[in-house]
Amino acid sequence: MDYSLVIALEMVRAVAWLVLLASGLAIIFGMMRIINFAHGEFLMLGGYTVVISARHGVNEWFAMLVLAPIVVGIFGVLVERLVIQRLYGRILDSLLATWGLSMLMIGGVTMIFGNSVTGVATPLGGMSIGDYQVPRYNFVLIFAAIALLVAIWAALKFTKAGLIARATMQNPDMSEALGIPTRWVYMATFGIGSAVTGFAGALLAPMTGVVPTMGVNFIAQSFITVITGGASVIAGTLTAAGLLGSISQGMTFLAGPVYGDAALLLAALVLLRLLPQGITGRIFKKSL
Amino acid sequence: MEKPVTRDPGFYVMVAIGLAVMFAAPLMLDLFTIMQITQYVVLSVFALSLGYIWGFGGILSFGQAAFFGLGAYTFAVASINMGSTTIPMVLAFIIPTIFGVLLGYFMFYGRLSDVYLGVVTLVVALIFWKLINHTAGPEYSIGSARLGGFNGIPSIPTLHIPGDPTAWLDPGQMFQVFMGFLIVIYIALRFLIASDFGRVSIGIRENETRASLLGYDVRKQKVVVFAIGGGIAGIAGAMWATYQAFIDPNSVSMEMSAKALVWVMAGGVGTLVGPIIGCILLQWLTLQLGTVDVVNSIAVLGAIMMILVLALPRGIVPTVRSLMLGGYFLWKRNHGTTIPGKAVKE
Repeated sequence: MDYSLVIALEMVRAVAWLVLLASGLAIIFGMMRIINFAHGEFLMLGGYTVVISARHGVNEWFAMLVLAPIVVGIFGVLVERLVIQRLYGRILDSLLATWGLSMLMIGGVTMIFGNSVTGVATPLGGMSIGDYQVPRYNFVLIFAAIALLVAIWAALKFTKAGLIARATMQNPDMSEALGIPTRWVYMATFGIGSAVTGFAGALLAPMTGVVPTMGVNFIAQSFITVITGGASVIAGTLTAAGLLGSISQGMTFLAGPVYGDAALLLAALVLLRLLPQGITGRIFKKSL
Repeated sequence: MEKPVTRDPGFYVMVAIGLAVMFAAPLMLDLFTIMQITQYVVLSVFALSLGYIWGFGGILSFGQAAFFGLGAYTFAVASINMGSTTIPMVLAFIIPTIFGVLLGYFMFYGRLSDVYLGVVTLVVALIFWKLINHTAGPEYSIGSARLGGFNGIPSIPTLHIPGDPTAWLDPGQMFQVFMGFLIVIYIALRFLIASDFGRVSIGIRENETRASLLGYDVRKQKVVVFAIGGGIAGIAGAMWATYQAFIDPNSVSMEMSAKALVWVMAGGVGTLVGPIIGCILLQWLTLQLGTVDVVNSIAVLGAIMMILVLALPRGIVPTVRSLMLGGYFLWKRNHGTTIPGKAVKE
């Protein structure tokens, strides 16, 4: 009984994990149809923000919830102004450029901080379910994922900015004709997507430690989740994360984390063969 | 439009240069230099594989290293088990080709768009890399070859004369054989591109909808192009394995895929010479930078990639070519002669 509860908790945590990893990427992809190849390094940047803040005695929750999103968000806006905005309409080139950026960031951070893992203490400690110990931090992750999705949904649904964002997403030319400055919308989207990614990176830091090359470990999961989900930010991320998270976590229980990743890829390949536009390309088309 | 290969003087010049290097280099250069430039030859084959599928099939693979690594590991495992290198070399072509067909089936018959294609190829390479890194324990062996995980596979046999496993090639001969591979692959690709098959591929690259409306099976065509590229990358991987006598998961890494992309971008998409030139130039640059401690080579590679996309999207060869052609026509016009080939044909 306890064991199945632990497994269920792990499953939910895996889904929440994917939601956190992929949300920032999904926001950018849903709006601009580009995949930010430096996504893993944006996560890394969020992680390093926490590490450096902690070193300077800043409260870790403040660093995670406030500082990391702000730092990475500003960085994202800079990247958009300097690189991405020159490549609108050249989708593949923007992928290549962000990949270049990703390597530049890995190399740059290695030069500054060295190629070693810096640990961050996991806050909150553990609790026991029957005979099993589970970290309390898992609940933080699950709660953060839910809060993030609700926040994005509410922002898109109920605010003026959300309305403008949805209009641009649906038909950029028409929005432009109606006087919406779509280029600024794109810039804001990239910034917000980056901020969400920084937030996720900060939350991941205590679980994985921080190292310049840490991005590589997460991008497979994030990319697959986003493209399997399709263009709808919330419905896509949620369905894809739910499906792939449980498949890979199930496989991880049976055979280990590497096979979990392999199963994730295999499931995504089959799914994309059936639904090439992602899940929300066919189902839940009208959802956010 | 592509000229018939046999009527293109550039083709003969390239092959002649290749042959000259192949025969003259071992006579003129010392052993160390020969071994150094062998590396460029191997990686040029890898660059060609991506240059072909990207430039002449419109398939942008972000995980070309998956095929490179698959070829390398196939060769390593097969040659260690068989004690010979001839059949493993063939296998290093066949197995990545088959893998290319399988992966291509999922991607192209699913009609994935460009972005999705890039991401899927990248993720495949990434997962392959993770899987191989995971195989460190002794339980992961195929026959007598241990996969070795992140430690890699050591003591891979050197290439030998087919049929006689004791007649190992010395480094000079190995260089010549590899140059031979490069030249043969270059010639084969040139003819393939100029054939009906190649023209259809280019038509698909230019306009997929139009090609399919004209009755060509775009999906099948793309799968074949992708698989051929995979096979060539596999050969390059096998050459890499036997050249180094060692192979580790780095051959499948994202950095390897990115390198191939940068070479092709630098040299010029849509040419075959371009990727080779890009590869040699940038590998040489990396080697030089490797001697400097301050700069991180990955950062430099990334910076080059960004600068190329932003400032020189067409690459070296097409830029130089159009500059030269432009100069030529300008000169002709100033000297009042008609432009050859354009004269009253209509």
